[in-house]
Amino acid sequence: MISTTRNLTILALATMGLAFSSASHAQLRLDISGVGASQIPVAIAAFPGEEAAPQRITSVVKDDLARSGVFKLIDNDDALSDSAVVNYGQWKNRGADALAIGGVQRLADGRFDVRYRLFDTIKSSQLSALSFGSQPQLIRQTAHKIADDIYQKLTGIPGIFSTRIAYISRSGREYRLEIADADGDGVQVALRSSEPIISPVWSPDGSKLAYVSFEAKKPVIFTQNLITRERKLVANFKGSNSAPAWSPDGTHLAVALTRDGLTQIYMINADGNGVRRVTSSAGIDTEPRFSPDGNTIYFTSDRSGGPQIYKVGINGGEPQRVTFNGSYNISPRISPDGSLLAFISRREGKFQLYTLDLTNGQELRLSDTAKDESPSFAPNGKYIIYATESARRAALAVVSTDGRIKQSLFIQTGDAREPAWGPFIK
Amino acid sequence: MRTLSSFAIVLSAAMLLAACSSTKLDDKNAPVENHAMGTNTGADANAVANNDANADPLNDPQSILSKRSIYFDYDSYSIKEEFRSVVEAHAKYLNAHKDRKIIIQGNTDDRGGTEYNLALGQKRAEAVRKALVLLGVSDEQVEAVSFGKEKPKALGSDETAWTENRRADIAYQ
Repeated sequence: MISTTRNLTILALATMGLAFSSASHAQLRLDISGVGASQIPVAIAAFPGEEAAPQRITSVVKDDLARSGVFKLIDNDDALSDSAVVNYGQWKNRGADALAIGGVQRLADGRFDVRYRLFDTIKSSQLSALSFGSQPQLIRQTAHKIADDIYQKLTGIPGIFSTRIAYISRSGREYRLEIADADGDGVQVALRSSEPIISPVWSPDGSKLAYVSFEAKKPVIFTQNLITRERKLVANFKGSNSAPAWSPDGTHLAVALTRDGLTQIYMINADGNGVRRVTSSAGIDTEPRFSPDGNTIYFTSDRSGGPQIYKVGINGGEPQRVTFNGSYNISPRISPDGSLLAFISRREGKFQLYTLDLTNGQELRLSDTAKDESPSFAPNGKYIIYATESARRAALAVVSTDGRIKQSLFIQTGDAREPAWGPFIK
Repeated sequence: MRTLSSFAIVLSAAMLLAACSSTKLDDKNAPVENHAMGTNTGADANAVANNDANADPLNDPQSILSKRSIYFDYDSYSIKEEFRSVVEAHAKYLNAHKDRKIIIQGNTDDRGGTEYNLALGQKRAEAVRKALVLLGVSDEQVEAVSFGKEKPKALGSDETAWTENRRADIAYQ
């Protein structure tokens, strides 16, 4: 029997949220298809008192769990407080292997006290117990945290429902760098520009984004602190400056520069100082990404003709080719555990999302669309978000790394491109 | 700079004239004053523009220097024979005007990845930059940058749009 009680202070998150400019009303709409290999049947009873909060917590939790494809939600009309005595046999008979119950109470200071417990009905034991003091505007975040806990306790893998995604949206002549919850809700605008913005990437601690902006009539790299909103021009060398990637320790950026001719890979300090060249080819080397241990950079190069993915040590040396199937392989992204390479491959005229298992060389096509771009791993390594086109509109899609679960995210105004999945928020 | 700003004056004078005439139609209370202002400004600007066009071939629409775009074939990054004369004309002009600077903006069609296309657009801009430098233009006068597929001149995903977007533009600063 496991029993934990935590009080999570999410004031830091509140500060983060308030630091953004006016929240956009353009919300993402979600379409889901496919289910996991085996689904865990779980029942979520209504939390007494939750109707007083701005959002119904159990609705958000159920949506999260359903979207993951990993769970089968057992219908019920029950409302059980977190102190209720659970009849394990009854829930087991209704087909639920696990049951979540909880309660919501408004506190005198305006916050909500949210309590939740998770039970294993087969083993007749409590798996988890959490309580949160949540600001009203952070109720959804609290619900995502509960969904994360259920996911983790029942699958052994950390949940990603409380993480966030950054992407570029465009409506008319305005480009916006936006940040949303992983379910596409809670959209906030970090930057507006009349010139294109591309290639956003999260700093490892989730406090900053690096991105490429064309506001100076050429591509230059900025970092932006999401709490203080401070923007810093970190790469503005002669020529083009693009494709930033954070080192895992957050101290450096790998970037693509053209200061010495064609596009090549360099390292700079995160503050923009100390430029050092990493690759030297006669052609294009771009799209650097660090391996999780920070010792290797994967990148796209046309040194063999068409673009292929290579890897090289951060201190240089002879790059090794990684992709061999197909004549056009770009946009390497390494899974958090370093075992999987996600990339975009052009085969028979279609640009599609693939993974390559770096341990056994197994390749897997994960999409059946034709204009896929910019893959980004969820921090638990189980999902990939990418840009695609749906009904002739730019859209974001999420697929599980086993290819079984697919979701589409459409924003209601304008299009969305260049997604980047943020890290776990402590 | 000189010529660009006088060109801008002509433009703004023309816009002012247009604005004044519409103001005049809409606003019957002050037609005389607006009309007089517009006429004067227009006359002055025209005089400057005529002198300047004679002085600087860059502003002459008949000059080969008015051609600022170099088009490329699909998956190609070398300057085609038909654009040799354009590049040579700009090289000659830049060599005669060492104070002038240009940015060469490379572009691609919309197929493929954002960052890889940015690098391909750079390859086109760099081809033009190298050709100019080989013709004696100073490194200091030229900067090659790329817009990749981010700022398409022609919208759409068909052969016409793709052909228009496989391009490097010369922009005088």
